[in-house]
Amino acid sequence: MTATLERPVPAKKAPIRPARIALHVFLVLTCLMTLTPLLWAVYASLRTYEDTSVNGYFSVAKSLTFENFAKAWEIGDLPHFYWNTFLITVPALVITLVLSSMVAFAVSRFSFKFNIALLMLFTAGNLLPQQVIVTPLWRLYRLIELPAWMSESESLIDSPLGVILIHIAFQMGFCTFVLSNYMKTIPYELTEAARVDGASVFRQYWQLTLPLCRPVLAALATLEFTWIYNDFLWALVLIQDGDKMPVTSALQNLKGTFFTDNNLIAAGSLLVALPTLVVFFVLQRQFVGGLTLGSTKG
Amino acid sequence: MTAVQEKPKAVAPSGPPPRRRGKRATALAGTDKLVLALMLGIPTVVHLLFVWIPTLGSVALSFSRWNGIGGFEDIEWIGVGNYVEIFSEYPRFWPAVQHNLIWLAFLLVVPTAAGLLLAVLLDRELRFSRIYQSALYMPMVLSLALVGFIWQLIYTPDGGLLNSVLGLDKPVDWIGDSDINLYAVLVAAAWRHTGYIMLLYLAGLKSVDPALKEAASLDGASASQTFFRVTFPVMKPVNIVVAVVTVIEALRAFDIVYVINKGRNGLELLSVLVTDNIIGEASRIGRGSAVAVILLTISLGVIIPYLYQVFSKENRT
Repeated sequence: MTATLERPVPAKKAPIRPARIALHVFLVLTCLMTLTPLLWAVYASLRTYEDTSVNGYFSVAKSLTFENFAKAWEIGDLPHFYWNTFLITVPALVITLVLSSMVAFAVSRFSFKFNIALLMLFTAGNLLPQQVIVTPLWRLYRLIELPAWMSESESLIDSPLGVILIHIAFQMGFCTFVLSNYMKTIPYELTEAARVDGASVFRQYWQLTLPLCRPVLAALATLEFTWIYNDFLWALVLIQDGDKMPVTSALQNLKGTFFTDNNLIAAGSLLVALPTLVVFFVLQRQFVGGLTLGSTKG
Repeated sequence: MTAVQEKPKAVAPSGPPPRRRGKRATALAGTDKLVLALMLGIPTVVHLLFVWIPTLGSVALSFSRWNGIGGFEDIEWIGVGNYVEIFSEYPRFWPAVQHNLIWLAFLLVVPTAAGLLLAVLLDRELRFSRIYQSALYMPMVLSLALVGFIWQLIYTPDGGLLNSVLGLDKPVDWIGDSDINLYAVLVAAAWRHTGYIMLLYLAGLKSVDPALKEAASLDGASASQTFFRVTFPVMKPVNIVVAVVTVIEALRAFDIVYVINKGRNGLELLSVLVTDNIIGEASRIGRGSAVAVILLTISLGVIIPYLYQVFSKENRT
């Protein structure tokens, strides 16, 4: 932004107008094209089955109604699946941030010989395609037995706990990477001073470093929420009972429930998209900031 | 941030002279050592146990024949048999490789070019810039599974938007026709990917020192010369990130084809061949793992250079 102020461009000011208008026209058209699929889904979802089956989808709506949303909500048993998602997303998100901030703290405040190797391990782990892991993981989960109070299925397979665990293990890579980069920018003298004052390692982490990381933690929480919410593969493979699926993976079954009523499918899809869209609109700055943080250094 | 700078000033004089960084670890008290060990140990164990041990497991199982249901005593070790079979007989393998390569090429060209163009256009003092950015980023927050659902409403032969707009006599079955469905799906995937690339390049463009561009234009370089000869090369780190993100995305592609037709009929991908053995009808763990190892090998081909680039820079500073 400062660049435009500093640059000596007095001559450019007047003739720039038509170019500017062309630019705006181009951007508006591009944005509209980008939004078209979503708007089309919204339009379809607001129309009745009778209307579209007689007039086709590409027609002016006779009337608009929210009926499809109510129907999709009920037939699809969406509250149940949202709850399943909630039970997975919240613990996974919180534990991922806690564990990765611990690693990031240790690696950025103390110089162990293995620091870089450890960071590389975490970063590489996060970049692996999930399919590289999934087969043995699925078998490993069937092997691990749990008491009934921890998992109805008495093993990690078919249990929200198993999905939570793999989210934590997998997402930790990205968060550790971003957090350690951020913590390195906090002056060493700070924790040094605290230690001289007799603060324990845990206090240096919990009361000193973490509060300073609030902006990054907010950004990561936003990102991780959408990523974990959007997960399709882990739950699809690791949960066999369709009833226990989180909402994104349950979509597949909903498709069968809705038959070929595209209006219902549109409404159901939008309802599933809604939480991430809300997060995006409310926390866009955190969302974008998190992705940028993850990229500037890596 | 101000707190960060003030505190040490107040405390430092009374303390001992700051020690060298290397000595910190040795100066720790017993409980602190334990706490640190746990802080590092628990996450590392979780990560190793659920990410890297299964990865090694894939490598091991790729040399076996096993249905995955029975106990480990049923595992039959057959050496490189699975690989031989995959390369010579498995009918779905080469189409899957081809589709993954097309996927990669498409993502490397279309969203990258579009994202870069949009980033360049938006990287200026511009009215409504935030609104444009929000609209362009929006597809990014949707899961690929949802993208599959939403785009089916566009592609469906009965009343889909695309056929209606084109107004052809005979509607095209964009999803059902195995000659074109891959590209139809790729357009949807690119739709979601473009915003991310734009975000990366916008951040990259902001980090380019304006003095560089100024110097170039003072030397008489045109706007496009400045961009291609100065700005773009300076953004090398961003270009690497874009390349890594895109390759990984292309290798991971799964949700969208699975939602559309379970990855059949022209939409076979390597990822589908792996998962088919655990949630599909095939249950040949060995062969699936061998495909997973092929995925692993390709992805390590970009992960390792990337790590080298990121962490060697870190060592220097």
